[in-house]
Amino acid sequence: MKHLAFAAGLLGASAAFAETPELTVYTYDSFVSDWGPGPAVEKAFEEVCGCDLKLVSAGDGAALLARIKLEGARSDADVVLGLDTNLTAAAKETGLFAEHSVSADYAMPVDWNDATFVPYDWGYFAFVHNADAAAPADFKALAASDKRIVIQDPRSSTPGLGLLLWVKAAYGDEAPEIWKGLSDNVVTVTKGWSEAYGMFLEGEADMVLSYTTSPAYHLIAEEDGSKAAAAFDEGHYMQVEVAGKLANTDQPELADQFLAFMVSDAFQSVIPTTNWMYPAVTPAAGLPEGFETLIAPGKSLLLSEAEAAEVRDAALDEWLDALSQ
Amino acid sequence: MAGRAQPVSAFPGISAALLVAALILGTLGAVALRAEAGTGFGASDWAALRFTLTQASLSALLSVGLAAPVARALARRRFPGRSLLIALLGAPFILPVIVAILGLLSVFGRAGWLSSLLGLFGLEPVQIYGLHGVVLAHVFFNLPLATRLILQGWQEIPAERFRLTAQLDAGPLAMWRLLEGPMLRRVVPGALAVVFAICLSSFAVALTLGGGPRATTIELAIYQAFRFDFDLGRAALLSGLQLLLTAAAALVALRVSAGEGFGSGLDRAVRRWDGQGALARSADAFWIVLSAAFLLLPLAAITLAGLPGMADLKSSVWQAAGTSILVAALSTVILLGLALPMAAAVAAGRNGMTELSGILGLAASPLVIGTGLFILIYPIADPFALALPVTALVNAVMALPFAMRILVPRAREVLGRYGRLSLSLDMQGWAFVRRVYLPRMRAQTGFAAGLAAALSMGDLGVVALFADPDFATLPLQIYRLMGAYRMEAAAGAALLLLLLSMGVFWILDRGGRWHAEA
Repeated sequence: MKHLAFAAGLLGASAAFAETPELTVYTYDSFVSDWGPGPAVEKAFEEVCGCDLKLVSAGDGAALLARIKLEGARSDADVVLGLDTNLTAAAKETGLFAEHSVSADYAMPVDWNDATFVPYDWGYFAFVHNADAAAPADFKALAASDKRIVIQDPRSSTPGLGLLLWVKAAYGDEAPEIWKGLSDNVVTVTKGWSEAYGMFLEGEADMVLSYTTSPAYHLIAEEDGSKAAAAFDEGHYMQVEVAGKLANTDQPELADQFLAFMVSDAFQSVIPTTNWMYPAVTPAAGLPEGFETLIAPGKSLLLSEAEAAEVRDAALDEWLDALSQ
Repeated sequence: MAGRAQPVSAFPGISAALLVAALILGTLGAVALRAEAGTGFGASDWAALRFTLTQASLSALLSVGLAAPVARALARRRFPGRSLLIALLGAPFILPVIVAILGLLSVFGRAGWLSSLLGLFGLEPVQIYGLHGVVLAHVFFNLPLATRLILQGWQEIPAERFRLTAQLDAGPLAMWRLLEGPMLRRVVPGALAVVFAICLSSFAVALTLGGGPRATTIELAIYQAFRFDFDLGRAALLSGLQLLLTAAAALVALRVSAGEGFGSGLDRAVRRWDGQGALARSADAFWIVLSAAFLLLPLAAITLAGLPGMADLKSSVWQAAGTSILVAALSTVILLGLALPMAAAVAAGRNGMTELSGILGLAASPLVIGTGLFILIYPIADPFALALPVTALVNAVMALPFAMRILVPRAREVLGRYGRLSLSLDMQGWAFVRRVYLPRMRAQTGFAAGLAAALSMGDLGVVALFADPDFATLPLQIYRLMGAYRMEAAAGAALLLLLLSMGVFWILDRGGRWHAEA
């Protein structure tokens, strides 16, 4: 339809088409799918904004950033939703994002005072296993055990990068030794999360890198309590998912309204059982039943965006080095 | 052949070839031009190159090496269900990678059927991860294609030749020397080049079954350059390297496989009088059973996994299936529009470059093509509005190499046999195309169309970059279901995809064939 509207605009009839403003939000693929938060979020926001919310998907978080870099200042996007703190430094470097004025009472284990990006959910990376099997309590115990794990490649997936930074945040310069210890536990490395999780469910591995909230899906949606996440004493690395407004948006007010809506109850209450992450602001009704069964890590690890950007390349080399032996 | 007058003009084919080359090289150029200062090649890239070449060579040799006896067995045996088996053999090739991997793992994995069977005898489970796992998966994907290509070579030997050799009482050795050997020498290099090139650009298979970062291919390095480093220059450089390798393999294959065909027969059904001995029969049975078990067991696993989820597929999955069918149909039309004139131009004997440009589609990285197209389209149009035609076009170009391998030998034969006759009757141009070329190409056109439609149905490559929520193909929907933990529904959608792809392949391939038993 868009090209029709465009052609009509050329003919001078644009006024007739322009009554509903359109807000374009770029996000990752699983957000917009029927099973993600997208449909509910779109409906709830359109009820209050008097606008047409257009959600556009572009692969995962890293692909999303690449997309914005490709489009540059001419991007149609007004808001980008779905970067995480490992990507925000690079995102800010593009100079394409504007500051926000959202403030909220965040229910996150870390303080949030980023002027450019607003968080909407967060989670802990964790190794998920079958609940009836004993699980190691830290990376060293995992390395010493004969548990078989499947992880994701940091070069092609965001959880893979998260694991890299998890080990780095927990062990710093000791990270290469940890990886050497783990190398005989790694069954294989996959391109993305779906491949790895599928292999775990097929019985190819004892544990898979995922999130502490993964068992909640099985419990709530499938009434299956057979999956658990292993609690690690070093602490768990966090993924904080954020959204930001583009500086060149033609809908600055709507974009601000969307960011404010994002931390409101209507948005936050759909996150736990659609994105299967923790909401950034606890909804009025609290977390859904079943979330109380999840492990609560004693320590939350998160590298600042500057640290994450700085150690990323070196951590990748250490990882490649250890696993290529 | 060069220089001889031909009843068809090479011009449309050359134009099509230029279009294809412009698309592939143009997108690569667009990515390169957008690049900022890149880092160039590092030690890890050379390691990736070495691993890529090793696994692609092994995969090609093994796939084609196994395909030759399987194709021979299929060519000289008639049994109930044979055509169904041949259609089923095409299935692995069009599956989304993730579905195929999970299917293979249910058979060959640690908790798979084979390991369970070995466990009954107190043996260790099979270890699938490593170079051998990569090769196993690539053979699973490509053995069917190689078998079909070689089988077609057998079917192109006119029935009259077999009759003649039988009348001359030629033994198996003479049959081999006179007919089968020369045919294989023509067909095998092309099949090797195609499989080699397919395996060059593999990445999810190689990584997952390779066991880790040792199994890094050039395509993964392209991903890293694009996603992890946003180094477009390096992505373009690596993609160029991939193109060069494919072009080199293709040139070698074209050079080796040049040679005269067998001339043409009267399109009688092939009947064989040789290979009736018990030894030959059991050897053929061995190859057919072995290949069928290898290819069909993982498909059975996919089917079993998918049946429970098949019952309640959501409407969005059906909608995605509809989109996939539309893309596949459009893609097939585009493919035939490109491939038939290109095959005629190649057969008219003037165009090595045309044939080469038909091969390039194999080597192009979907990520680079998609990104390049995005860069080119973005300034002038809305990429999302063009998602359907762009996906169909790129899928057609990706399927072109297979179509060319299928169409060219037959086109050579048609022009060689009927060219002079038609010229002497003053039948040229459109009249020749309509009355001689197209009817005689029917079987091959059907096969090529079926393959293109099935490939397009299963393709994920470019659509991911252009998809908006309302435009999802079935493979994309499968990934979305998995990403939302709906593994059972994803398995159901995968089974639907398998059925649709097989169905479309069967209909088109069948529709093209008039040999009742071929």
